[in-house]
Amino acid sequence: MLAKRIIVCLDVRDGQTTKGVRFRDNRDIGDPVEMARSYYQQGVDELVFYDITASAERRRIFIDVVERVARVIFVPFAVGGGISSVGQMREVLLAGAEKVSVNSQAVRNPRLIADGAERFGSQCVVLGLDAARDPQMPSGYRVFIDGGRLATELDALSWAKEAQRLGAGEIVLNSIDADGSLDGYELTLTRLISENMSIPVVASGGAGHPRHLQEVFEQGRADAALVASMVHFGTYSVGQIKSYLRDRGIPVRLE
Amino acid sequence: MSADLVVVDYSAGNLRSVETALQHLEVRYRVSSSPEEVAAAQRLIVPGVGEARAAMEQLSATGLDRAIDEFRRAGRPLLGICLGCQIIFDRSAERSTRCLGFLAGTVERFTPEPGRKVPHMGWNRVFRRRPHPLFDGIADGAFFYFVHSYYPQPAKAEVVIGECEYGPRFAAAVARDNLAACQFHPEKSAENGLRLLANFLGWKP
Repeated sequence: MLAKRIIVCLDVRDGQTTKGVRFRDNRDIGDPVEMARSYYQQGVDELVFYDITASAERRRIFIDVVERVARVIFVPFAVGGGISSVGQMREVLLAGAEKVSVNSQAVRNPRLIADGAERFGSQCVVLGLDAARDPQMPSGYRVFIDGGRLATELDALSWAKEAQRLGAGEIVLNSIDADGSLDGYELTLTRLISENMSIPVVASGGAGHPRHLQEVFEQGRADAALVASMVHFGTYSVGQIKSYLRDRGIPVRLE
Repeated sequence: MSADLVVVDYSAGNLRSVETALQHLEVRYRVSSSPEEVAAAQRLIVPGVGEARAAMEQLSATGLDRAIDEFRRAGRPLLGICLGCQIIFDRSAERSTRCLGFLAGTVERFTPEPGRKVPHMGWNRVFRRRPHPLFDGIADGAFFYFVHSYYPQPAKAEVVIGECEYGPRFAAAVARDNLAACQFHPEKSAENGLRLLANFLGWKP
């Protein structure tokens, strides 16, 4: 049986891992390469690194981090943050990432998904989708871009379907309402998107306790769950989260 | 100049992760798209991520298909990974592509069903069907990392050394004589995967 994946998310700014609440108030928490090594040893299934500076002059620092991460971990990892061209996708894939995550730039230019999938394969192209509750939208959720700062006219479910049609291989679904809250994932949103997709959906935003992962796998029907604060601040190890889930009958990779 | 271990570069996706795993294992290797170097290798890895038809067209246009076949006939160890595992069969349902035909069988597509997404992406258990040096020191039912929408269906059950279940049970690892191949990515399967690669490097068929 396919295991539910536990994915650790690291936001990287100027070569340091950082963490904020509701996309704000970031503070540095460590060296991303050392953190990646530690999570690998704890048995993480996958990692994702977001370049949250993503300015041209700082790009090289981030690519260097990606290259160093690739040398110390032997599980898949994705990279995102400001990627706006197939050339930039190629750059991070050659640096050693398995997957590239596109978000705001894919909203501005949906061809980016199709071009990336055609060039590198769907399995390489992840859509990052930031959504917030909005009763005016048909699905009840609106898509936001630019780190949650800019509201779009896109409905979250329609955009997820469109991204799948264009060739995205996976969706990382982040709830702006839940992000950083440690109160649990947005289960309704996750279930809505996951049940309407034929590609895997990764739940993101709000995890603070292992039971939140249990909920998002059982009730939210997520294929994988992203965690950040709850492991970054040493509250739980990846192994503790997995043991908790295994004891409750959820298939996880625990060896 | 020949190298002991050659990783075939046939423009099928990114070879970087296979390379970093080999570097971690401290083994010398050469990435090559030269048919002469491939045919002359002592040990060969055929990786690949991507689409079967494009891969076969590339192999045929460059003469690498014949070079890999020549290598195989010389009896030296060959490991196919992911797409490199699929193209050793007769045919793939992916754009109904004729493949290398080293093993009898076909490659079929997973059908998405509620609760079962396609691609099959993530960690799944591989159960041993018969003993093989590739799995030395690796637990039966160990997890490996998969990402694929098509799966091998060998004509003969005896070539299956490891099996996985995702809806249908499928051949996750196959072997015959000097030929071995896995549908999963050992280079991305943590310590089990590194062990399997190390086993391949020491394998004397």
